[in-house]
Amino acid sequence: MRDVAIVAFAQTQHTDHDTGATEPELILPVINEVKERTGLKRFGFTCSGSCDYLAGAPFSFVSALDALAAWPPISESHVEMDGAWALYEAWVRLQHGDIDSALVYGFGKSSLGDLRTIMTIQLDPYYLAPLGLDLLSYAALQAGAVGADRKELDEIVRRSRADGRSNPYALDLPDPDDSEDSDGFAVQPLKKTDVPPITDGAAAIVLAAGDLARELCSNPAYIRGIAHRIEPHYLGMRDLALSASAADAARAAGVGKGPVEVAELHAQFPHEEIVLRRALELPGDTVINPSGGPLAANPVMATGLIRIGEAARRILDGDASRTVGHAAGGPCLQHNLVTVLEA
Amino acid sequence: MNRCAVIGVGQTHYTTKRRDVSIAGLVREAALRALEDAGLTFKDIDAVVIGKAPDLFEGVMMPEAYLADALGAAGKPMMRVHTAGSVGGSTALVGASLIQGGVHDRVLVVAFEKQSESNATWALSTHLPFNASLVVGAGGYFAPHIREYMRRSGAPGHIGTLVAVKDRLNALKNPYAHLKIPGIDQKMVESTPMLWEPIRYLETCPSSDGACAMVLSSESKVTGTPAWVHGTAMRSEPIFRAARDTVSPQAGKDCAADVYRQAGIADPRRQIDVAETYVPFSWYEPMWLENLGFAADGEGWKLTESGATALDGDIPWNASGGVLSSNPIGASGLIRFAEAALQVRGLAGEHQVDGARMALGHAYGGGAQFFAMWIVGRERP
Repeated sequence: MRDVAIVAFAQTQHTDHDTGATEPELILPVINEVKERTGLKRFGFTCSGSCDYLAGAPFSFVSALDALAAWPPISESHVEMDGAWALYEAWVRLQHGDIDSALVYGFGKSSLGDLRTIMTIQLDPYYLAPLGLDLLSYAALQAGAVGADRKELDEIVRRSRADGRSNPYALDLPDPDDSEDSDGFAVQPLKKTDVPPITDGAAAIVLAAGDLARELCSNPAYIRGIAHRIEPHYLGMRDLALSASAADAARAAGVGKGPVEVAELHAQFPHEEIVLRRALELPGDTVINPSGGPLAANPVMATGLIRIGEAARRILDGDASRTVGHAAGGPCLQHNLVTVLEA
Repeated sequence: MNRCAVIGVGQTHYTTKRRDVSIAGLVREAALRALEDAGLTFKDIDAVVIGKAPDLFEGVMMPEAYLADALGAAGKPMMRVHTAGSVGGSTALVGASLIQGGVHDRVLVVAFEKQSESNATWALSTHLPFNASLVVGAGGYFAPHIREYMRRSGAPGHIGTLVAVKDRLNALKNPYAHLKIPGIDQKMVESTPMLWEPIRYLETCPSSDGACAMVLSSESKVTGTPAWVHGTAMRSEPIFRAARDTVSPQAGKDCAADVYRQAGIADPRRQIDVAETYVPFSWYEPMWLENLGFAADGEGWKLTESGATALDGDIPWNASGGVLSSNPIGASGLIRFAEAALQVRGLAGEHQVDGARMALGHAYGGGAQFFAMWIVGRERP
């Protein structure tokens, strides 16, 4: 495989409310930032990830293109998935060998609708969606299956939110309270503080191949492994306490081939972190989600891409030499993507 | 770059309503036919790429999650592409990319639309929170571009009718085509109501349920009769830009130039034997003839009028009946790419173009701003 590296990463200062910025306005600053950082104005390939249902209107990515100044016309594609899969498509495209750079971005404004309900229509439309099983309900099913110790879950939330408070891009959120007050539950056994915040935001990443990576950046974060796997859709066909697809993707990406200093996991709920840590077989000394993770900022459709960006940033800044970025999609971690990055 | 070939094609019969199958049943039907054509099973597939137009059409968000089981994707990588009307073409290109990039050996690509579970014009007209909606659907959007083409080129008013008749005659030879109108002629088309001046009812595409699938393979894993990929390209331009030429978009010209360069085509009219192009409104045939370099500016309608693009002409366009005869939106682009492959594999049946060796598959989308194309050939590139 050809050497491909992340050479620049930018994200918005995420908000828990609609600031009035349109999607192109959300994207424009991060695109400009990675352009400035790399000095590149044109890219061999551009790919984005988003979801129309967040805005409640078709073709979110069409107006987003207006933020790119796509003139003369560009070679461009879009996945209706988290931007992490757009990064995967771009990485594949760079393997052809005829282009050396790619721009990837993801964006989402979940403040515009009711995310909890919207995610229901991701389910089988004939049998599951009509039951009204919503985002929190199915996450709670998984939390129940995991059966984690409440103290461990609270600790994950406390750590994530504290880390989020020291991350200028994440939200400032209160710590979980220790009481067993039933008012504190969102859907049992999930407490309100276990639920990721509604967040608007965007992120952009520049990939460069071969010599260009070193020319653009002193510490490129090389993608040494990247793989994703999907599992059956029906919750009853999976052991929700485990994540076979995350484990398979991690093995295919080679997570276990070396130490992992930092892992940025797309764990929207604290029990998902426990499931993913096990599936990825992360060593005990790996620092998990030092950015605060999705529990501190969850701009849906960019959250996974941000995990890869945050994992890359540790290498770009010279603070780490081997990190892992993870992205997830589908109900209860149905679909998992794992990226191994090295200095 | 690694070589890539189409080794299997599967289509469903396109029709207004497939009440007998779910969305999962529909895509599985196409996938199983493509696998059968390739002599393979789901076990032989390394990854699945799925495409469709906006999720609002069926009301299922990110349907790859729901469709993973039906497409044998569990335990494998699966991706969902969405590039508006060009999505079917882009889906094929993402699938091909996985092979050309050396990541996988065999990829299943599937695209679908089950329009009977939706209202496309409504879904296409829903306005963004910060944009005005004209509530006109695709026809209302493209009609002014067609009028501008007529003004510029001086094309007489009956050209659109000729395309509408030609494509529907071809559809009579395609077992999968949706619209089969025996006795179709110019008079019948002209007698239908005007929907969006100058587009009459029979000059527009139907709303179809349907899915299309292809099995793509690396060189070492080819089975059966391959159609070799000689070139692939995507191009996009912004929807809002002063001086953007929506009649002959620059992105379409650039995309064609890129794919021709890769396939060694200097004269598309002479070197391409058959083209499956995205013509949802009949006037788009002469417009794309010019945009794709088959005719000089302002001359496309003359080619159509001369019969050059008919099944027995020197450059048959849409031998399958095209989008005008079957339009499961998200699949329409992939059908073009798949029909191009069928032609060079010599497997197009009654609508086979004799001796077809090089074929163009073309798709466009958005406000005529997204383009996806490929050239497939009988010979290895």
